[in-house]
Formats: sequence, structure tokens, C-alpha cells
Amino acid sequence: MSDVVLSLANAGRTYPGTPPVESLRGVDLTVRAGELVAVVGPSGSGKTTLLNLAAGLDRPTTGSVRLAGQAVENLSDRRLSGLRAYALGVVFQQFFLMDHLSSVDNVANGLLYRGVPADERRRAAAAALDRVGLAHRAGHPAGKLSGGERQRVAIARALVGWPALILADEPTGNLDSVSGAQILALLRDLHSDGVTLLVITHDATVAEACPRRVDLRDGRIVADTGWTE
Amino acid sequence: MISRVRAADLLSLATIGMRSRPLRAALSILGIAIGIAAIVGVLGITRSSQADLLARIDRLGTNLLTVANGQRVGGDAARLPEHAATGVARTDGVQRVTATADLAQVQVFRTDRVPAYRTGGIEVRATDPSLLGTLDGQLATGVFLNEATTRYPVVVLGHDAASQLGIDRVDAGTRVWLGGHWFTVAGVLRPLELAPEVDRAALIGLPVAAEHFGFDGHPTRLYVRADTDRTALVATMLARAANPAEPNTVDVSRPSDALASRLLVADSITSLLLGLGAIALLVGGVGIANVMVISVLERRTEIGLRRALGAARRHIAAQFLSESLLLSALGGVAGAVLGIAVTYAVATSRGWQTLVPVTGVWGGLAATLVIGAVAGLYPAGRAARLNPTDALRTS
Repeated sequence: MSDVVLSLANAGRTYPGTPPVESLRGVDLTVRAGELVAVVGPSGSGKTTLLNLAAGLDRPTTGSVRLAGQAVENLSDRRLSGLRAYALGVVFQQFFLMDHLSSVDNVANGLLYRGVPADERRRAAAAALDRVGLAHRAGHPAGKLSGGERQRVAIARALVGWPALILADEPTGNLDSVSGAQILALLRDLHSDGVTLLVITHDATVAEACPRRVDLRDGRIVADTGWTE
Repeated sequence: MISRVRAADLLSLATIGMRSRPLRAALSILGIAIGIAAIVGVLGITRSSQADLLARIDRLGTNLLTVANGQRVGGDAARLPEHAATGVARTDGVQRVTATADLAQVQVFRTDRVPAYRTGGIEVRATDPSLLGTLDGQLATGVFLNEATTRYPVVVLGHDAASQLGIDRVDAGTRVWLGGHWFTVAGVLRPLELAPEVDRAALIGLPVAAEHFGFDGHPTRLYVRADTDRTALVATMLARAANPAEPNTVDVSRPSDALASRLLVADSITSLLLGLGAIALLVGGVGIANVMVISVLERRTEIGLRRALGAARRHIAAQFLSESLLLSALGGVAGAVLGIAVTYAVATSRGWQTLVPVTGVWGGLAATLVIGAVAGLYPAGRAARLNPTDALRTS
């Protein structure tokens, strides 16, 4: 039995408004170290809300979210931010790179809020770029890379601090099928290295490639293939 | 596990805005730069000019007093008694005293051919050889009166009087037509800043004045040098000393006061200009706050990403506050350099020594830091309060 890196217990998130929007309700989900989990669902099913809770960017309005053993709802802003800096890496559909910075500096930013000295950050960043197969692009400005390369840089940034959990929000959503397939292969490759990944997607190909699949609908989990060794 | 940012990283984070939009950064600091340049320039220029004025006053001495005949209550001119100078000389704190008498009816011309109405405004004054020492005067050319020449028709011209008469050098044959007699010009004085009436005068000896023009011995103006630290006190005693019978009719003045009053005038103009500089500074601060607010709106995604990477609210706030401080400080430094350059240019062109107002420069820079902090507070707070999930959704 591996360590639990993420667990949601009866977690719900309601956004205020008239009427209030209940994006997520009563979700129970446990992700263990080494898993590769796909969260699938149509738009509006609460996938992004789930990701925000799992990424420590938002707090549940009901229930509990535990990240790396800590209950998110009880943490101060600085401790929750610390959790994001140390325990989590996030990959976005839109990459969110700083175009004027080189690939290696973008990746190094993944360690900025751990207070790691600059030269150490760049060393780790170079290693992470190497791991995603982009060592030859280290000095290129991120703005000049192709979409697939940009997403690799973003994955390297999430990976650079070897966090307990990497979250990916539609990582292939902005890519053509060839680049998408390469990114998917990279994620599976990282999984086989023991990296824990939670991928949010509505792409059936991505979902099928993951050993575990969680189906969301109207803010509830309707199916979960469960943990497999 | 808490998130943290190294100070060195914070500094480079603070430069992101100005590196990506240098023109906007330059324009946003313009107000601060102008304000500081105005303050430093105004202080520098007035300081340099005041130093020049003070040096002049210092050189001329503040211990010169004049005693002149004033008016009686009825309005008719009073006369100083014959022995006024003796009374003054006995006063405690008086170092030297010299009497002069304005010979109002006597006129001086370049030659005897000049018509009588073209007097040129030159006064003839009778005095004794000690005047040069009392006024601390110097001769441009020739020699001053001495005990011997005061008995003969010999004249020394004030600076303006000499140029009025067209005399720029003196030799044995230089003469002027003075009160119907030829007088030999012995010398010409340099300008006397504290006694401009002597500049316009032709000076002759008291004995010769008595002999030729019937001078009755009543002086009209005494020049007094007092002990420097007792000058004010001595000034209060001179009227009674000069004319014990009618002290109210005696005018005592201190010529250096006129120069000193120029310092006060300059001070009030300086405060006005400093006020304008402070307003420019304030407007500059508002400009920076504006640009920072726009910057926060534009950089929502960056803020969201930084939060996702582990930045706490305080780190976002610190980043934008540092940026505001840095912008403001750059404006302050640019303004200080500009202000010093202006001071140097003005002082050099006027022939003053350049005095950089050190306290003004440091005070100005401190003010820019305060302004930068205040201008950055609101934008930084807004950036820090930004909800990361909202910030990431905007793109």
C-alpha cells in the first residue's frame, strides 16, 4: 500500500451567486503515490474545480482536501503556498510560460518560491529539461518554441522540484494530434519512473492511456476504475 | 514547508515590468524626476547664490555703520554737531570713525568749459585720510588723500564719479574743475559696495573745503567701524553719541543689512519653488500608482501562475511594491542628477561656486521612497488579493 498524496473526503465547492453554483459536491477521491489518474467529464462537470482544489489554489466549502498529508482548509495562505511550492506541480492547457525568458529560466521558476539560489535552480532546470527531451532548447526563448515544445517546458517546470503530485489540466488541449501523442507518451514515461500524475481531460485517447479513470458528471464522481497496482 | 523568495530574486522580479515595457516605465517616472530635479535645482541654485552673497557680506564686513543727519519733527534738515565724530569715537565698541560732509553747493566738471547745468550728479564731499581705512576701500589707480594733500586742491574720485568724468587713469596733469578751482586728481577708488554714495563722490580734504568753500565743520555723514560682535549694540548708542542734544534727528544704519535682506527675499521665493516641486512629486507619485494599477490588471495571468508555482500573497505584494519603489527611486536618482547638473550650469554661468544641497538630495531621495511605497500599496494589495483561480481563467 503506497502513501496517499491527495485525498478528497466528501469535498464540495459552491460559488456564491444567485443562485449559488455547486460545482462540486460530496467528492471522495484518493490518489496514491505512483498513480496516473485521468479525470474525465464533459465541460461544466467540475473538472477544473477539482483541479483547483487538488492544486491548493482553492479551498473546499464543505468536506476536506488533504494534500501531502495536510488538510488544505486549515492552512494559512503562506503554508498553503508552501505546499504548492514543494508538493505540487501544475501543467496548464495554455502552458503559461514567460515568452521573453529562456526555456531553462522558465523551468527554474518552478523552484523560485522555495527560496533556492539562482544557480542551483538553473542546474535543476537543465536536468529537468533533459528529462523531457528538450536539453537542446535550453537557451531558446520560450516564445519561439513550438506548441509541443512549450508544453514540454511547462511539464519540466512542474517536474523540476520532484513534487509529490503533478496535476495536468487538458495538457494536450492546445496541441495537434502528433504533439498531443508525444506529450501523452512523456506523461506515461514519467509515470513509469514513479511520478504521480492526475490528468484532467476530455480527450478519450488520453483517458484510455491512463491506468485509472475517474468520471465526473454534474460535480459528482459517477465512476472510478479504482487503484490498481 | 512555507514558501519564500530570496531578496536577490525579489529585486529581479521588481524589474520585470520595466524590462518588458521600458518606455512606459520611463514615462511613469518622469513626474518624480521633474519634482526632484526642481527641488534639488532650486535648493542648489539658491544655496550657491546665497553662499556667494554671504561671502560678499563677509568680505565687506557687517560691522560698518553710518551716522547721518536726519530731519527734525517739523521736516527741516537737522545738522550733526561739529564734534559728532569725537563723541562717536568715544563710544564703547567703536574701532574707527571718519566724518564726511556733503558740500551741496559745490559742483565738479571735467573742464571749466562744461556748462554749469551738466553736473552729472557728482557730489563733492569733504573728508579726512582715515576714510579709506574705515571703508576698507581700495584704489583703482593713484593714491588717496593724506594729511598734506587735504590742505591743497587735490581730489580723489569715487568709481562712478571717475567714469562720469571720463577719467580712467591718473597722472600729474589730470585735473578737474571743482567749485571754480582746478583740483588735481590724486586717485580713483574701486567700487565700494557698502557705501555707494562715495562711488558717486569727489573727495577733497576738510581744510581745503573750509578754505575755498566756507565749510563750517558740520559733518553730514559719519562712517563707523564697530567691534563685529557688538555692532548691533553700538548702533543703538550712536545717535546719542553723535548728537546728545537731538538724538532723534540722527539716522543710524547698517549698510550690510540691505544685502542681508536679499537673503530673506530669496528665501521666500525658494519656498514657493519648493512647494511647486513638492506638488510635481505628488503628481509623479499618482502617475506611478496609475501605471502600477494598469500593470496589475495586465499581468493577471502572471500573478495567477506565480501563485500556482507557490507564491504566497505576501510575495505577490512584495513584487509589485518593490517595482513601485524601484521606479520611484530611479525617478529620484534621475531627478537628483538633473537637479545637480542644472545647479552646476547656473552656478558656473554666474561665476558662483557650485554648492550641491546634500540634505536636499538625500531628503528628496527619501521622499521618493516614501512616495514609491505609498503609490505601490494599493496596486500591490490588489495584486495580492487577486484570486489565483480567477487570475488563471482570464486568458
